[in-house]
Amino acid sequence: MTLLTVKNLTKSFGGLTAVSNVNMSIEKGELVGLIGPNGAGKTTVFNLLTGVYVPSSGTIELDVDGNPKLLNGLKPYRITKSGIARTFQNIRLFKDLTVLDNVRIAIHHEVKYGLIPAFFRLPSFGREEKEISERAEKLLQIFSLDQKKFELAKNLSYGEQRRLEIARALAANPSLLLLDEPAAGMNPNETAELTELIRWIRKEFNLTILLIEHDMSLVMKICERIYVLDYGMVIANGTPDEIKKNKRVIEAYLGEEIQDA
Amino acid sequence: MKKLLSSKSLGALIAIVLAYVIVQTLIMVGIVDDYYQILLVTICINIILAVSLNLITGFTGQFSLGHAGFMAIGAYVCGYITVTMDQQFSFLLGILAGAVAAAFVGILIGIPTLRLKGDYLAIATLGMGEIIRILILNIEAVGGASGLSIPQFANWTWVYLFTVATVVIIKNFIDSTHGRACISIREDEIASEAMGINTTRYKVTAFAIGAFFAGIAGALYSLYFYFIKPDQFGFMKSIDILVIVVLGGLGNIRGSIIASVILPSISSYLQEYPELKMVIYSLVLIVIMLLKNKGMTGFKQFIWGKIRKNQSAT
Repeated sequence: MTLLTVKNLTKSFGGLTAVSNVNMSIEKGELVGLIGPNGAGKTTVFNLLTGVYVPSSGTIELDVDGNPKLLNGLKPYRITKSGIARTFQNIRLFKDLTVLDNVRIAIHHEVKYGLIPAFFRLPSFGREEKEISERAEKLLQIFSLDQKKFELAKNLSYGEQRRLEIARALAANPSLLLLDEPAAGMNPNETAELTELIRWIRKEFNLTILLIEHDMSLVMKICERIYVLDYGMVIANGTPDEIKKNKRVIEAYLGEEIQDA
Repeated sequence: MKKLLSSKSLGALIAIVLAYVIVQTLIMVGIVDDYYQILLVTICINIILAVSLNLITGFTGQFSLGHAGFMAIGAYVCGYITVTMDQQFSFLLGILAGAVAAAFVGILIGIPTLRLKGDYLAIATLGMGEIIRILILNIEAVGGASGLSIPQFANWTWVYLFTVATVVIIKNFIDSTHGRACISIREDEIASEAMGINTTRYKVTAFAIGAFFAGIAGALYSLYFYFIKPDQFGFMKSIDILVIVVLGGLGNIRGSIIASVILPSISSYLQEYPELKMVIYSLVLIVIMLLKNKGMTGFKQFIWGKIRKNQSAT
């Protein structure tokens, strides 16, 4: 079953077309990679999928439960509610809040108690707050951050901050998880651990994952399918082995072969 | 129920009751005379104003310079209702009406202006406060520039009650999922939106709650000081409140309360030196801000540090 269908997605900023006519489709449960040289428009695609940017043209459709839903032009918080959560390339945690609060905030959109129970601490407040905290702590345990739940997010190490961002995205309870360069700045050991973690959460949470990554060892190891983007266009789409041999991909990364005269 | 009686909230409850009993005894014995009662009421009203502005500026991160405008709405709506109805308890209805009116205006103004950020928002809210003041100035029914006299219904007990209620309710709000949503906007608006939070709605909510309590503060002001004039709610009043909030620490309720006690006390003490009052007051502000830009708690740590150092030195 297809979870995400992107058709002719285009985004221009003034005269510059950052993403042009991108077509993508992601099956439920797939782990798909999105790669491409710097400036190819990968993060722009993410920003379009999550509503940070409004597409200039084209459609984005998410089908979580058999009812396809058009996401174009929806506000980011609505898209998150519909089932897409993300991490950011340049970590965007709530730095001055505790690790626990970072995760609890992402659960907010499922909380049902209103303002009045909050003002007067009515029973529904206590009950739901307890649930929120339990859920958040369970997630932190999975990411081995439960020992640090009362520390401020800014005091975590870089690797921990990356993990916390994934934990926070999972707290929003997505069907599709977008990871923007999760291994950026990690050493090979940390990357190997992260690879395992991504595999594991995908199974555990029954997730579909789309990830942007520069670290080819990670991409080639865990992605089942890869989209390659160059100058805002999809130039290839296939399994890691197919992508490795694809001539256009090699050209995009290394430049064209010089023709001997 | 277990939550209600946790040791922390029990301690707070005891402190609240104890503070009231002590002040009440001092009033009855005659140690706290009228002059000090006025100071106490001023402090309480400042606490309401500062804590409510802190919700908007300190916790939600929306820089507002129009808080006195909401206070004016509360004061005038309450004053008008109290005067026209002239019943025993009509002032309670007046307080509620004043607060609701202020919150309503808060929502009305918040929806367009909260799209702005930082200094732009500050200027928009500054203008909003002035517009409210000028409008009231031109309404003959409430006395225009010559002001409005209201029977003195509120006493220290009422003011104290409302102050405690304000602090408890705002604290509860901040510790709830809604409060966390507001704080996440301050921390990182883009991430907040990406985590499923309707940032526009929460900015307006925080603005409306802040305006609601500023309305209560204004209503109490009119009922205690029984005479209100539009120029009491000028933008200098907004600045005064902002100074308290910044001094106490953005996003720090305890700091706001402490600063609300200290600043009026200093200012009232300096009453004896009218020609130097503003100079000393401003100097005190500069010194405190320099000592620690984190606000009052930082200042407290600084003072304690000095005392400890001195003790170990001697």
